Amino acid sequence: MSLLPDFALMLLILIAAVWTVSARDRRDSVIGFIVVGLLLSLAWIRLNSVDVALTEAAVGGGATGLLLLRACARLGPNETEGVSLKVSLRILTGVLCTVVAVALATIVLYPIEPAPTLAPTAAAHMGEIGLGNPVTVVLLAYRAIDTLLEKVVLVLALIGVWALTPDPLWGGAPGSLRAQHSSGPLTFLAQVLPPVGIVIGVYLIWNGADRPGGTFQGGTVLAAMWLLVMMADLREPPEIRLHTLRRLVVLGPVVFLVAGFAGFWIANGFLSYPPDLAKPIIVLVEAALALSIAVILGMLVAGPAARAPR
Amino acid sequence: MIGSTTLYGLCATGLVAIGLYGLVLHPSPLRKVIAFNLLGSGTFILFGVAAQRGAAAGLLADPVPQAMVITGIVVAFAATAVAVALLLRLVESGGSTLEPSAPDPQDDRPS
Amino acid sequence: MTPAAYTATEGGALLVVAIVLPVIGMLAIFALGLRRAERIAYLVLPVGLLVALAIAADVARSGAAVTYVLGGWQPPLGIALRADGLSVTLMVLTAVVLCAVGLVARGSFSTPPDKAEARSPMVFWTLILGLWCALNTVFLSQDLFNLFVALELLTFSAVPLVCLDGRRETLQAALRYLLFALIGSVLYLMGAALLYGAYGTLDLAGLRLLARNDLATSVALGLMIAGLMAKAALFPLHLWLPPAHAGAPAAASAVLSALVVKAPFFIILRLWFDVAPQPANAMAAQMLAWLGIASILFCSVMALRQARLKLMIAYSTVAQLGYLFLMFPLVMASDAPTAWESVGWTGGVLQLVSHALAKASMFLAAGLIAEALGHDRIENLDGAMSVVPISVAAFGLAGLSLMGLPPSGGFVAKLMLLTAATETANWWIAAAILLGGILAASYVFRVLNRAMAAPASDFACKASIPLYRELTVLGLAICAVVLGFVPLQPFAFLGIGRVGLP
Repeated sequence: MSLLPDFALMLLILIAAVWTVSARDRRDSVIGFIVVGLLLSLAWIRLNSVDVALTEAAVGGGATGLLLLRACARLGPNETEGVSLKVSLRILTGVLCTVVAVALATIVLYPIEPAPTLAPTAAAHMGEIGLGNPVTVVLLAYRAIDTLLEKVVLVLALIGVWALTPDPLWGGAPGSLRAQHSSGPLTFLAQVLPPVGIVIGVYLIWNGADRPGGTFQGGTVLAAMWLLVMMADLREPPEIRLHTLRRLVVLGPVVFLVAGFAGFWIANGFLSYPPDLAKPIIVLVEAALALSIAVILGMLVAGPAARAPR
Repeated sequence: MIGSTTLYGLCATGLVAIGLYGLVLHPSPLRKVIAFNLLGSGTFILFGVAAQRGAAAGLLADPVPQAMVITGIVVAFAATAVAVALLLRLVESGGSTLEPSAPDPQDDRPS
Repeated sequence: MTPAAYTATEGGALLVVAIVLPVIGMLAIFALGLRRAERIAYLVLPVGLLVALAIAADVARSGAAVTYVLGGWQPPLGIALRADGLSVTLMVLTAVVLCAVGLVARGSFSTPPDKAEARSPMVFWTLILGLWCALNTVFLSQDLFNLFVALELLTFSAVPLVCLDGRRETLQAALRYLLFALIGSVLYLMGAALLYGAYGTLDLAGLRLLARNDLATSVALGLMIAGLMAKAALFPLHLWLPPAHAGAPAAASAVLSALVVKAPFFIILRLWFDVAPQPANAMAAQMLAWLGIASILFCSVMALRQARLKLMIAYSTVAQLGYLFLMFPLVMASDAPTAWESVGWTGGVLQLVSHALAKASMFLAAGLIAEALGHDRIENLDGAMSVVPISVAAFGLAGLSLMGLPPSGGFVAKLMLLTAATETANWWIAAAILLGGILAASYVFRVLNRAMAAPASDFACKASIPLYRELTVLGLAICAVVLGFVPLQPFAFLGIGRVGLP
């Protein structure tokens, strides 16, 4: 097969990356970054990692891009944004980056043969879980503790963002997400898209058990719909003291933990599943996780409380 | 003959170098955060290359590194969210985000 | 080529409890919005301490590591938890320090009685519990990617603690800390990616069997150790630490300085002694030691020049961390049959433990002194002795460990490092240990001199400190001293469960 498309994609990614770092205006830089994210999703498809491609598009490019764009809008006019002008520092950093790049490139060009892999082992045990998507099986069975702890990371990140609330406003709602020019088309989209988006999100979560898709992608699509509604000013962000909000945030980790502990009684220990119940348990855990992720991602983009509680 | 997987490995190398350069040299925290995300993307692609090279047993790519990347992408997003919230708060508190200033000698409060 | 399978030991499930218990507490505080976040924390802290002690007892009784295989999936596909003598020691240390900090923090982070929930108590207690989960995971996990997640947990719990009071300097310090920590994480992750590409496993035991001495392995370990150095604040990557640790509320500073910076060092130990192909690279060992020496000398001098007590203690942290990095060439040159039977290794680990106890006590004492006097300017500390005598005494006792004077854990640790340095003819290291001790004595006595001076005529006490808070701080300092009397027996304990290497 011709290498041309891959070569072109690689070139485009690197050009966009150079643009992202060198642009003088911070908004240009963010746009460059979003472009890199979209191109990377294509690269992930070329690397036969469709699950990662979906996550990269949804979280890496999409949610991160939105977060950065909002930051740009609120930062106001540019401070001096160019790279540091100290020549000695630039040369030193240049040398450092070159050394790292040469070392990595050498390793990439002369890889170990045959390539070590866990794919056969992973495939061999898939029958014990009864799910068709190997990546989901890794995330929720083989390496479930990683996924569980990473949900804890998300909750901690949310606490970290909320910690920046000024004391008198604690418990209140984040500032309005309204786009600067709340326009007709945006409102229209916000009214039309969510039902479709929710269906897509649910489909991705359900589908993730057997084909590419899964919690994050589904959760992010749900979060995106919610953000769209908030940006079009159809809904205000909720107050951070709300019990419902808090409970939705912990729902995923709690269900995951309960399933984990249940393993002590119904299977061989923490985070193990009995073969005939594995699929329903995992789908249940994924659904709960997706809901929590949607809420957490939305609230992370919304930021700390900016209004006193009512 | 270079295969397409190797090509993406080189792409990862480039992203790492570009990201590292921006991360060290940009004085503005927002630009540092963006560069950190590029550096992270390069690292993830390195996992992706390992996954692709490990295709076996009827799987198009080794699922283990793919799962690691998915976890990594989410963690990187969380890091970006915290960093952005911090620097917005810093700007709102009236400080320049560029260089830390010396502590105020008049400030008697114990930190 | 398949590495030996892990066999779960009987008490292995306790390892899961050690990791998950703080998470349950954290989620409960977050979700229930109960009056008084601290009540849940006070429930979790003693139970967690008991869990750590139970695991330690199990290890001591059986003389072997406690192991648990998560979900029953054997590594390299799954992830194993394993508590050997070293990790159990650090788990107990963590639990003791956190319980003490919890007691002292009661005065500063209690929810006001008229509110259901207030910002700083809620944030403080949830993050302390998150941090505990992170530390226990670092000490127990046998998988390099799982350790990455644990490091991120640690970062996300530690950074917001720095800017809890929301002042501008602390926000700046927190942002800088976050950026350093993120660079560290991404370099670590890059190394992990290279190792996976080369070996198809990130399990420590598996890597130990497979590790080759080739370019990919060296670059991977180099990147990982460099990233961890940034997180452990080794000179010249220490710049983030002093403002961050000095800016945090004293209770948080104590945890950050005593425990959080030790976690990346612990992972460096794991990589160096458990993963890297042996014999390790002598030049790299020398380089780490030289950076350690630079940390000790440069930051001790910086500590001497600080006007603020907490900044002084923070610089002292960087200096004391420098001692830890001296052990690499000392262990290599030692003729002990295994690394962990060498004097240098034991000295290094003892330094880690005694510094944690002493520094926690010192930061907490500084916090109480500042509460009582209303400021922490070193030159105006006169009269501290008359209002918070126990805290000043705790500061002095903790100072013994930093200076390396007997009787103290720090004395034994530094003596062992010094012995190892002279035995292996590493004269520069020996000189740095001695000089570092003199500098530490200068900055500790500078504070004690002022604190013991008679108070000025217009002296006013700003707040009275309840006795139990002062006694807790003194208790920690006494632990650091008592460590100096512990006989040689624990040294065998530190070697329990360490297998595989010649």
